[in-house]
Amino acid sequence: MIELDHVTFWYHGHAEPVLADVTLSVGEGELVLLTGRTGAGKSTLLGTLNGLVPHFTGGHLEGTVSVGGVTTRSRPPREFAHLVGMVGQDPLAGFVTDTVEEELAYGMEQLGLPPQVMRRRVEETLDLLGIADLRRRALRTLSGGQQQRVAIGSVLTMHPRVLVLDEPTSALDPTAAEDVLATLARLVQDLGTTVLLAEHRMERVIPFADRMLYVPGDGTVVDGAPPDVLRDVPIVPPIVALGRLAGWEPLPMSVRDARRRAEPLRAGLRAAPARPAPTGDGPPLLTSAGVVVRYGPVVAVRGVDLDLHGGKVLAMMGRNGSGKSSLLWALQGTGPRQGGTVRAEGTDPRELPAAKARKIVGLVPQTASDLLYLESVADECTAADLESGAEPGFCRNLLDRIAPGVEPDRHPRDLSEGQRLALVLAVQLSAAPRVVLLDEPTRGLDYPAKAALARVIATLAAEGRAVVVATHDVEFVAAVADRVVVMAEGEIVSDGPTAEVLGGSPAFAPQVTKILGADWLTVDDVRAALPEAVR
Amino acid sequence: MMRRGALTTYFLPRDLHPLAWWTWTLGLAVAASRTTNPWLLLTILAVVCHVVVARRSDAPWALAFRVYLYLGAVIVLLRVAFRLVFGGAEGATIILRLPEIPLPAWAAGIRLFGAVSAESLLGGFYDGLRLATMVICLGAGNALANPKRLLKAMPPALYEIGTAVTVALSVFPQLAESVLRVRRARKLRGGGGGGRVRAVRTIIIPVLEDALDRSLQLAASMDARGYGRAGTVQARARFVTGLLMIVGLIGVCVGIYATLDGSTPRFLAAPVLFSGLAVALVGFRFAGRRVHRTRYRPDRWHLAELVVAASGVAVAVALFATSSVDPTNLNPSLTNLSWPLLSWPPLCGVLLGVLPAFLSPPPGTPFTAADGVPEPAAEKVPA
Repeated sequence: MIELDHVTFWYHGHAEPVLADVTLSVGEGELVLLTGRTGAGKSTLLGTLNGLVPHFTGGHLEGTVSVGGVTTRSRPPREFAHLVGMVGQDPLAGFVTDTVEEELAYGMEQLGLPPQVMRRRVEETLDLLGIADLRRRALRTLSGGQQQRVAIGSVLTMHPRVLVLDEPTSALDPTAAEDVLATLARLVQDLGTTVLLAEHRMERVIPFADRMLYVPGDGTVVDGAPPDVLRDVPIVPPIVALGRLAGWEPLPMSVRDARRRAEPLRAGLRAAPARPAPTGDGPPLLTSAGVVVRYGPVVAVRGVDLDLHGGKVLAMMGRNGSGKSSLLWALQGTGPRQGGTVRAEGTDPRELPAAKARKIVGLVPQTASDLLYLESVADECTAADLESGAEPGFCRNLLDRIAPGVEPDRHPRDLSEGQRLALVLAVQLSAAPRVVLLDEPTRGLDYPAKAALARVIATLAAEGRAVVVATHDVEFVAAVADRVVVMAEGEIVSDGPTAEVLGGSPAFAPQVTKILGADWLTVDDVRAALPEAVR
Repeated sequence: MMRRGALTTYFLPRDLHPLAWWTWTLGLAVAASRTTNPWLLLTILAVVCHVVVARRSDAPWALAFRVYLYLGAVIVLLRVAFRLVFGGAEGATIILRLPEIPLPAWAAGIRLFGAVSAESLLGGFYDGLRLATMVICLGAGNALANPKRLLKAMPPALYEIGTAVTVALSVFPQLAESVLRVRRARKLRGGGGGGRVRAVRTIIIPVLEDALDRSLQLAASMDARGYGRAGTVQARARFVTGLLMIVGLIGVCVGIYATLDGSTPRFLAAPVLFSGLAVALVGFRFAGRRVHRTRYRPDRWHLAELVVAASGVAVAVALFATSSVDPTNLNPSLTNLSWPLLSWPPLCGVLLGVLPAFLSPPPGTPFTAADGVPEPAAEKVPA
């Protein structure tokens, strides 16, 4: 179905090729998982399949890419519309029309299909993806998971032979991500569509994947069955890390596989690690009571009481739209707050001018890049020192501690997601706030970047700051948080130590918990509890 | 039994073809342009308002009709106010003597204040009412037919322009959203030092970067989904098509001008208008033939559309016909003040315009509401 023959690709002005002499072939009906660090060339590889690389992006391509016997050399991407369906990370950015039904039909209109065929396929696709009740809705009013399913539907109506998805779940909450991935698995099973999927949350896809491609970043591609490829790659989901630690062979690919083999490991483990108390002994750094946030008729936060303690990390979870962001903004004082009180360092941050409030409570918003507006990293750091009244070089020092080796003359837009987040964090920390709020910091980060962020958060807490992380990433929460708060419909529905909240819920349990039981959260916990001989 | 079934089908709720509503509103607007008789104009207004209230949907663009009403009121007030300010002494009945402000010699011909006559005020009122009626007619078109669906109903040759406009329109809410988001984010950085220029810069740069990113992604997505797959045409064919379209459109412009302005020679009116239209249509047909694209659920032209369009055209024709028979009633005299008279033929003509309120099907369900479709069966698979 897909043939890459000695493909080499450079972007203009880069010395190293992104892809170097890649040869591979993908057969009909395969689900292929593509992994690798951010910036390693996953999107480039996917883009070559319908000719967007190099026809749209520029650059130099050697070798041949062919899909269904047609090479991308001879035709522009639009002539591949009926062969290759492309779904991007941000579905909203790719929508052309206003309503669900029109969006599903758009591609078919371009192909010139007869109206009866279009009508039939739209109805079938609405049913297949379970979005029939959304058909007349405006696209902008849909939730992230619904939008992503519409985006998949809008290419499925063209009946492409190959479906290519570039991190389709990176912006979704766990339930919505589950929906989208389940839909994909069903497409492969029922329709035999060939699917190529780049995905950070491998743990959800590995059980379905027939094959795995790993892009290490040096231009090569490692190709093989998931257990074989996962044995050696540095970025793995917790389940595989646990399998490696326990020496299981072949590596388990699903929780079920692992559970069936976990009995001896469980028996050999010493007592579960002692966990620190979720709240500190001293008085809280920030107290809030009865916080209410509403936008017109919509109530985003419904009378929430929350205290933040120094030296502790609190994770805030809950589906999209459950009020996490609104609560963080209200605590910081910049966002709207219609009722309730917030006290930090003896004042209400809302009463202070913005420049003072950020010295008490610092917030890194969801789209962190909104805070950056200068042409280079060095300029941003200088501006941050000025804004915070810190001595020159303070912000740069912070940045070097968080993410060493960011070149000062790079443009902030050209940094990787992780580096850009580090820069924004450094800018906000230069005001030395005692309370640090992070809204969805793990979005778009790969495993190593997440691990680096976890270390930074641990350091911040060790310095005595109170840290709040709003996130969907269960594994990340298991690794960093002392206390977890789950929100739903603007209210706190559960609040307690991480092990209790995560372990007690099947929806939020991390993989290690699912395998070994509620006392175990991360692979590191298990490693620490292994008998000396095995360790 | 048969006939009842047909009637039921006819009145099933659905959205009419947008062109039908626009033909109707343009017919009424043309009719309004032919008269300054306040009775007739007010009747036209009443007809338009009645039909809009009876046949508009709950969509946001339909609710904007009231804005057009306000705009109409402002137009009338402004017209009258101008006559007060810039002197309206034409006529014998002076009703108000304001002190005149002397102006320097270079402003000769302009008068500020001074005597105001009833005739000139009335003239301003008639004139303003006519303009306001035409504007409100356009507002009715906007309220009754989704402007975006009108773009969709354009001939295939204009498809690219239609898509460009649709995409451009969707950019504005996005831009507004980005500006709000970035402004909030700026506060998190403490607002920053420096003046207003710097503050604007710190907002505009992230917003523009965002907009550029999005448009690149949109372009890639459209390309990947087959936008612009149309076959190639020879340069000669393209030239002929272009020529036909331009000649046709010039003809249409001249024809419309001559039709609306009674003093131009008559042979420039209907004959030029229709031949221009014909040439332009041939051009469209040529251009559309090379397009290999289809429409999903195109709006169809049924009997109800004909009724609506015909009623609008009928109003315009009625006023044209009566103006050639008895023009005095359509444009009441301003030299000797009297109550404007109203004769039956134009009044009946205008009343024809109210027919769509009774003879057209009601609008379909608003597009934001859920359809109430039951849960889909899980086993269904596309063929």
